[in-house]
Amino acid sequence: MTDSLSPILNLPCLIPSLMSNVTLSNITKKVRTVTALDDVSFHIKDGEFFVLLGQTGAGKTTTLRVIAGLEKQDAGNVAFDDEPVNALTPADRDVAFVFQQYSLYPTMSVYDNLAFPLRSPVHRIPETDIKRKIEQVTEILRISHLLDRKTARLSGGEMQRVSIGRAIVRDPRVFLMDEPLSNLDAKLRESLRVELKHLQKTLGKTILYVTHDQIEALTMADRIAVLNKGQIVQEGTADDIYDRPATTFVAQLVGSPRINLFQAHRENGSLVITGSDVRVVTTHALPEAFLLGVRPEDVRLAADGQFPAEVVLAEPLGVETVLHLKSGNQTLIALVPGMSDAKIGDVVKFSIANDKLHFFDTNRKRIQTT
Amino acid sequence: MASITADSSVNNPISSGRAVARQLSDRAIMNLFIWPTLVLLIAFNFFPLFYSLFLSFTNYRATGNTAPVWIGIENYATILTDPSLWEAFTTTGRYVLFSVALQTVVGFGLAMLIRGKFRGSGLVTTLILVPMMLSPVVVGLFWKMMYNPNFGYFNYLVGMGESGQLDMLASRFGNQAIQGIALASVILVDVWMWSPFVMLLVLSGLNAIPDYLYEAAAIDRASSWFQFWHITLPQVMPLLLIAVLFRTIEALKSFDLVMGLTGGGPGNQTELIAVYLYRVAFLGQFRSGYSSALAYIILIIVIAISNLYIRNLNKIKGEG
Repeated sequence: MTDSLSPILNLPCLIPSLMSNVTLSNITKKVRTVTALDDVSFHIKDGEFFVLLGQTGAGKTTTLRVIAGLEKQDAGNVAFDDEPVNALTPADRDVAFVFQQYSLYPTMSVYDNLAFPLRSPVHRIPETDIKRKIEQVTEILRISHLLDRKTARLSGGEMQRVSIGRAIVRDPRVFLMDEPLSNLDAKLRESLRVELKHLQKTLGKTILYVTHDQIEALTMADRIAVLNKGQIVQEGTADDIYDRPATTFVAQLVGSPRINLFQAHRENGSLVITGSDVRVVTTHALPEAFLLGVRPEDVRLAADGQFPAEVVLAEPLGVETVLHLKSGNQTLIALVPGMSDAKIGDVVKFSIANDKLHFFDTNRKRIQTT
Repeated sequence: MASITADSSVNNPISSGRAVARQLSDRAIMNLFIWPTLVLLIAFNFFPLFYSLFLSFTNYRATGNTAPVWIGIENYATILTDPSLWEAFTTTGRYVLFSVALQTVVGFGLAMLIRGKFRGSGLVTTLILVPMMLSPVVVGLFWKMMYNPNFGYFNYLVGMGESGQLDMLASRFGNQAIQGIALASVILVDVWMWSPFVMLLVLSGLNAIPDYLYEAAAIDRASSWFQFWHITLPQVMPLLLIAVLFRTIEALKSFDLVMGLTGGGPGNQTELIAVYLYRVAFLGQFRSGYSSALAYIILIIVIAISNLYIRNLNKIKGEG
């Protein structure tokens, strides 16, 4: 992997690049009567890999299109390095956009597609420099053998790599990527994920990456913003999002298998998961009734565990095993390392990592405990 | 498929109609549908086609009351050396070239104009399509009125309403004859009538182009000229060529519109090949053998041109 990426280090910089801090402030956008974006604000620092995570229809793509200038916001500001760009056309904003659909020019060869952004009359780059740059980019993306091919004759994976190539031959202020990997098969997605991250680190470029895939978000992002129904729910590093989810929505969106979420209440200084044997001593100030979240990896099986449970389902994944445990009326999901020898029907003992509990109030917002 | 057939025969609802249908084999039903069509096709298409091929090698006259006599390729030889035929061909060529080219340009332009959704775009599209839906003879007669040198609307529009000097269909301005005006007026009507057809096909091509191609181009700082040349045109090309193919074939055999407007005149200025054929076949001498040979020559030319088009179309589709 490292070998294939080395040429990126001595890529000639053909177009002088600017700093690229991107600031969105109070962006609101209505599509007909539906509010697609509702008072969205965030700040992307120069050189940051920023991921916008959310489900389909959350407004991720709209945010991207507003930044690119393909759509106009109804209210709010987009600024690059503190300069508002609201009035600029997509071309003048100097961004590169990788679309979810492979937006290549069908009548042109791969080479011409890649050369196109460089051939813009604004820059006047000599053809030999263009050629060298394209050779390097295609080597990184492993598409050198496709250069003479017409784009209509490429496979999906090849097309998307050409699209990414067309974005990185240029040296834009910011890369905007709209689920670029979602149409690819799992293996290719995994390897391109690593390549993209590496590329971003070596080039030091600013990337705003949109995805619904929490794994992509966690693995690649320097910072993540979680978007739900047009609103930013939480913004932070992967650690923040995973370890301190702001709402139950974020907690459930991130992490696989999903977080265990239970109705819980207080009883004589301990907290009890309603309808189960689980009872944990706690010193936190908690309301009478609340929601308790426990990550599957924080449910630990041990011979001296505190609570008994019955194994109702076991899903061996190789590296780890997902166990569904029944305690009282509640089912907990536990993630244990390696292949577990627990069988369905076995009675096992488990404990819960006391310091890793998540508490949410009845409005599904996180209760701060530290 | 097999299981469905088996099933339906098991739960057989007992109704007389179905029982009759069931007695006929699939093959019998097939024949029942095919043969009437085939008989009509043979009687009205195949037989005339081959009989006229035979007649083209004879001196037959439909009014002559004598049996056709085989004269070999004499008809073909006469036709191909007859200068008036070549004149008709030249006129037709000119007509097809200008008419189809103008329709393509105007049709494409109209399509580009109304491609975006706007208030009342459906109504506008329908209105533009109206000329195409009229009968060519009706169109011919109407335009004949419009071209009338004394009370025609056309002259009024071009500012010749008062004098009545310009007579489009007679190719005349005052007392001076100007060659080509009559043909141009026929072409104008044909363009008016059939540009909407080109527009319709181009429009469906334009609507199939995904927006993100234009958006990618906008971000790549492509000029609108580039966008047209590398996105719009290649994507619309296959449909545009189909429109051009249809229009070329139609224009080559144009007859009714010309008959309605000029009847081939003045002189033979607007005498297209189909009009010429009509005159030879049905006016005056009824030279049926001769006109059959002429019809075959036209047929071969139309087929040759269509094949050229189709070959090009496939090549372009192959690239896209």
